Amino acid sequence: MTSVSTSADVKKPLKGAEARKAVRRTFSTPIASIAAVAIGLLWTIPTLGLFINSFRGKEDAATTGWWEFFTHPTFSLDGYRQVLTGSGGMFIPLVNSLAITIPATIIPIFIASMAGYAIAWLPFKGSDFIFFGIFALQVVPLQMALVPLQQYYVHGLRIAGVTILPSPHINGTIAQIWLSHTMFSLPLAVFLLHNFIAQLPRSLMEAARIDGASHLRIFSSIVLPLTLPAIASFAIFQFLWVWNDLLVAKVFGGTDPNQQPVTARMQNLVGNFGAHQELLAPAGFLTIVIPVIVFLALQRYFVRGLLAGSVKG
Amino acid sequence: MSAASLVTSVASQAGTTLLGVVLAVGGFIGILAIVFFIAGRVTGRFERPLAIIICLVPALFLVTLGLIIPALTTINNSFTDQQFLGQQKVSYIGLKNYIHAFTDPATQQTIVRTVLWLLIVPAFAVGVGMLMALLVDRMKHPSLPKTMVFLPTAISFVGAAVIWGYVYSWKDPSLPQTGLLSQLAIWLGWNNPPNWMLSSPLNTFLMMVILIWIQAGFSMVVLGAALKAIPEEVVESARMDGASGWRLFRSIQVPMIRSTIVVVLTTVMITTLKVFDIVFTMTNGNFNTDIIARRMFSDMFVTSQVGRGSALAVILFIAVIPLVFYNVRQLRREREIR
Repeated sequence: MTSVSTSADVKKPLKGAEARKAVRRTFSTPIASIAAVAIGLLWTIPTLGLFINSFRGKEDAATTGWWEFFTHPTFSLDGYRQVLTGSGGMFIPLVNSLAITIPATIIPIFIASMAGYAIAWLPFKGSDFIFFGIFALQVVPLQMALVPLQQYYVHGLRIAGVTILPSPHINGTIAQIWLSHTMFSLPLAVFLLHNFIAQLPRSLMEAARIDGASHLRIFSSIVLPLTLPAIASFAIFQFLWVWNDLLVAKVFGGTDPNQQPVTARMQNLVGNFGAHQELLAPAGFLTIVIPVIVFLALQRYFVRGLLAGSVKG
Repeated sequence: MSAASLVTSVASQAGTTLLGVVLAVGGFIGILAIVFFIAGRVTGRFERPLAIIICLVPALFLVTLGLIIPALTTINNSFTDQQFLGQQKVSYIGLKNYIHAFTDPATQQTIVRTVLWLLIVPAFAVGVGMLMALLVDRMKHPSLPKTMVFLPTAISFVGAAVIWGYVYSWKDPSLPQTGLLSQLAIWLGWNNPPNWMLSSPLNTFLMMVILIWIQAGFSMVVLGAALKAIPEEVVESARMDGASGWRLFRSIQVPMIRSTIVVVLTTVMITTLKVFDIVFTMTNGNFNTDIIARRMFSDMFVTSQVGRGSALAVILFIAVIPLVFYNVRQLRREREIR
């Protein structure tokens, strides 16, 4: 009714970015904005509750709702102090989580990018099959691997009573968790990094060959640096996945509370209803704050990875 | 132990752990560097095969050891009466574990509940994600509300369970409430709200809300990108023809991103099938809330019924296969079109 009224509008069709802006303008109704913000707030309220409770006095947090903060504000860092310095607190679990997550993110990057490079640029008979095979392993839920892998860590790999591979003797250490996460991450990592590496320009590789670089040299000094954007995508994925994981940590982490990551420690705290109720909020906040910071800082890479198909199958 | 010595011992423990990490990562990269250096000396006709072996063998070895052999072993275990880890004498009992899974009333309910999760969570996650994607697509400054919905993606299931604990916690109605949901109910005039986590079947649905809360951001981002990829001309000409609002959405936007919707649905489904943390943390499967993934964990590691747990794992595996394959096919088709 309105916009087609003048002839000038009809004669000049908008294109590209201008058109996009025009469309957005017509669509941009205050109601849509209000609704989006409302959903955003609704999605934030639960986390906000935890955040507020973590800074309230212990008594208050345990006996009244966090919304009371707005009418009777109390502020105390006691919860954090106790959670960070007390024995059985969150400090050692936080260190453990870092100690688990960093190697479990870095090691697969190297192994997977090497494999991706070999498959993409050193093709041989059967390399397609290998790629498809690794990719197809995304189907296997890691739940299927837990018991046999645990058995391997303890007793070594035995088939029909014959020991084929001895136990690595890392039972009960965090090396076991690194290794497990590395194994479980490879199908996704190889798939993602291969797809990126395969699209690097051929001329680059050929020029390096002519200059006398070996294949391994090409990998370490050309392919690896150029693959950094894809590596960043995978790394943030893997970081969040490992940091937030409970199942693998629970199964392979042993029962020693000194070796637990934050998720396992947190799960114990929640299970002990009543015992440390007042520590739940600060401990919970400490559990989520590091992945949230990493996520917010690297959101762009995360989204890129998401759209490239890096979804743990 | 005095406070000071406690602090010192904690600090030294942390130091040892982190030193171990540095050594492990450094050692790993060091070994790689040495292998690369030595192998780099090899020239001639062995250079290429050697490079292939060095690059590929670690990955192949690890997926074989960590995924292929374990998966086959689990399938094998599911036909045995194995009870605990490392048990030497086991006998094959045919399909008994599977028959048990489908006839035992408790396990049957667990399976039905898992199917409910599977139907409800993806539908709502995609629904909310789609709504949010459409809304922010029309905003001038979409990044803040978008981030607010996307943020739970970074939060662990355990963390989410703690967060939602403050929504679902229950206190006697005569006392001040700590749970937001109870308080809302009381404000709205429901003077005696139930203990949410204990009342079945409501508790199952309340826990589904947590997973929807986590997954909506993912579907918003992927669907939002797909909506952006629809050529402006298509939307514009549809609007010229008088399509707007619901009609535009239903007859233009949805058909054009159908394959993406399916991929998001199946991806959320796969996640839903495998999530055990939420139920494990909130109710540990009690009060009629158990699902396959949690039951399987306790069968394997708590109640010593490895055979039965393995059968559940295989059922999970079989349920995931068609979803993954459908997913891959859609993705590939989409790439071909682009």
